[in-house]
Amino acid sequence: MSTETKAPANINLIQALNWALHDAMEADENVIVFGEEVADPEGGGVVKISSGLSTKYGSRVRSTPISEMGFMGAAVGAAVVGMKPVVEIMLMNFVAVCMDQITNHAAKLRFMSGGQTHVPMVIRTMTGSGIQNGGQHSDFLEAWFCHTPGIKVVMPSNPVDGYGLLRSAIDDPDPVLFVEHLKSYFAPGIAPERGSKIPLGKARIHKAGTDVTVIGYSRSMLDIPPVAAKLQAEGISCEVIDLRTVSPLDMETILTSVKKTGRVVVVHEAVKSFGVGAEISARIHEALFKELKAPVQRVASNDSPVPYAPPLEAAFLYSHADIEAAIRRTLA
Amino acid sequence: MNTYQPDSETLVDIYRKMTLIKQSDDRVIGAMKAGRMRMPYYSARGQECIPAAISVLLTDEDYLVTIYRGVHDMLAKGLPAKLLWAELAGKATGSCKGKGGPMHLTYPSKGCMVTTGIVGSSMPIACGLGLASQLRGEKRVTIANFGDGASNIGAFHESLNLAAVWKLPVIFVCQNNQYAEHTSYSKGTSVAKISDRAVSYCIPGLHVDGNDPIAMYSAAKTAIERARSGEGPTLIEAMTFRFNGHLIGDMGEYIPKAEYAAAVAADPYPKYRSWLLETKQASEADLDAIDLAIRAEIDEAEAFAMSSPPPDAIEVKRDVYAYEIA
Repeated sequence: MSTETKAPANINLIQALNWALHDAMEADENVIVFGEEVADPEGGGVVKISSGLSTKYGSRVRSTPISEMGFMGAAVGAAVVGMKPVVEIMLMNFVAVCMDQITNHAAKLRFMSGGQTHVPMVIRTMTGSGIQNGGQHSDFLEAWFCHTPGIKVVMPSNPVDGYGLLRSAIDDPDPVLFVEHLKSYFAPGIAPERGSKIPLGKARIHKAGTDVTVIGYSRSMLDIPPVAAKLQAEGISCEVIDLRTVSPLDMETILTSVKKTGRVVVVHEAVKSFGVGAEISARIHEALFKELKAPVQRVASNDSPVPYAPPLEAAFLYSHADIEAAIRRTLA
Repeated sequence: MNTYQPDSETLVDIYRKMTLIKQSDDRVIGAMKAGRMRMPYYSARGQECIPAAISVLLTDEDYLVTIYRGVHDMLAKGLPAKLLWAELAGKATGSCKGKGGPMHLTYPSKGCMVTTGIVGSSMPIACGLGLASQLRGEKRVTIANFGDGASNIGAFHESLNLAAVWKLPVIFVCQNNQYAEHTSYSKGTSVAKISDRAVSYCIPGLHVDGNDPIAMYSAAKTAIERARSGEGPTLIEAMTFRFNGHLIGDMGEYIPKAEYAAAVAADPYPKYRSWLLETKQASEADLDAIDLAIRAEIDEAEAFAMSSPPPDAIEVKRDVYAYEIA
């Protein structure tokens, strides 16, 4: 996958992220990659996002023991002295075994050292329900990290954003949690232009509209557009915003849209309570209470562990009908 | 493990570092008792010899990671007393601008990279510092300090394994003061010696009297030379004792009186001073001059800390990220 290869018109997120890692390692010798099974002899990552890296970059790319606390801490230490580690936590639930290094160290060392050190590292991880992975391999836990000052949370939904955001996350001087969605991996999209970076903290207007602002990120950006298209046929105009970066939130883009529409629906796969939707709703109410035409609506997953059996999985996750109903509630 | 005999100059340098640590500690506690300072302070009185003997073998290029009981490690590695005291006092002029305090001392220009308040967490970070040096082809070594209690947490085992697998230039220094907070060693640890745990990771495990400067120096030199030559990590268990409990205010009721009395009777600081004089490594006048110079240094540090301004409230908006938050 060299840079000379002519880009095909459509690729998927896996390829886009693979390009981003290749290009980042090429651009900066401080970029290193490690995690379980990321080197080529072990498969180049479970979905091959790090494919080809170890063959090209040797010891800068390492498969680790199954030892998340150990290698997450190693990423922190290497970052403190100017390396740019990109570590992979195979599935998002596994962050629970290395939270100390992420929240007590990566996120806080800049502050606690009075700015003498900082931690320019990226934690890549994937997750998502719908493939019967059950309660410990499927959660969206982004709210834990959004509630932790000092770390950024980036959650792309398509190949162009995935490439551009990962390049920016690697360049960023602070730690970034980069959350990938299993189902989004295989959805084809426009190929990114190599070298094209997308700034963190900037949302994207996926579709302009006038009646209801519908805010999503990651997986929900697969689900919102078809609902918006259906309602458009009825004359209901949705403005769809893909947050791309969940923390820090791009409140400027959100509030500009809400000033126009006066109605908001937030959609995420993470469970509903105490989540990102609640934060966005609260901020909108604080800023634009008098301009709202309806209470902000949240569409999210059931407040339970992710179940195994397909009918239960379906009952856990929101449906397109739930999104549609929430949009209609704002118009009632 | 070879026994190395440091020259007189090095031996006196170890004494100087021990004196700095001891005087600073005595004075901090004095300032706390007098009500001039207030902080969660984990005194390392009694453990001075360990960092003093290690640090004479290090350069400013070498990295150090330590824990909440780590003021002694930081002073020995070169954190200036003035910046330490101002940080302890929570002043804007502190090494961390008053944002870290005693549990998060940092001073990168002397290699003092991270102080953690989380038991065990110094070790994974040390692996990363070692990894950076290894990838860059540098000769730096990293010292990871921790206590005996930390050898029972997962981070210890993950780090020793990772450092062994990757042959990282890290020296894991377990300062075994025989109490994990209030729990005695034998109630919480399955092995007679923590150094025996090195066997599980196929790395050397050195058990040493951490209160004996020459033994400590020899162990550290052995491990540092191994790390510098690319042969990988070493676990050192340095036996010691802490005289002021877990935290200032801890009355130590959980320590048997006879055990405590014996430890204080074996206080490494006066013992080492006497040894230096008996063996004519230094004259009394030499050592007195060091004591006085350090007293002046601490006087200056305390005055600097007390006269420095507190941090401005705007600082809570700074250093969260590279940019100032709203």
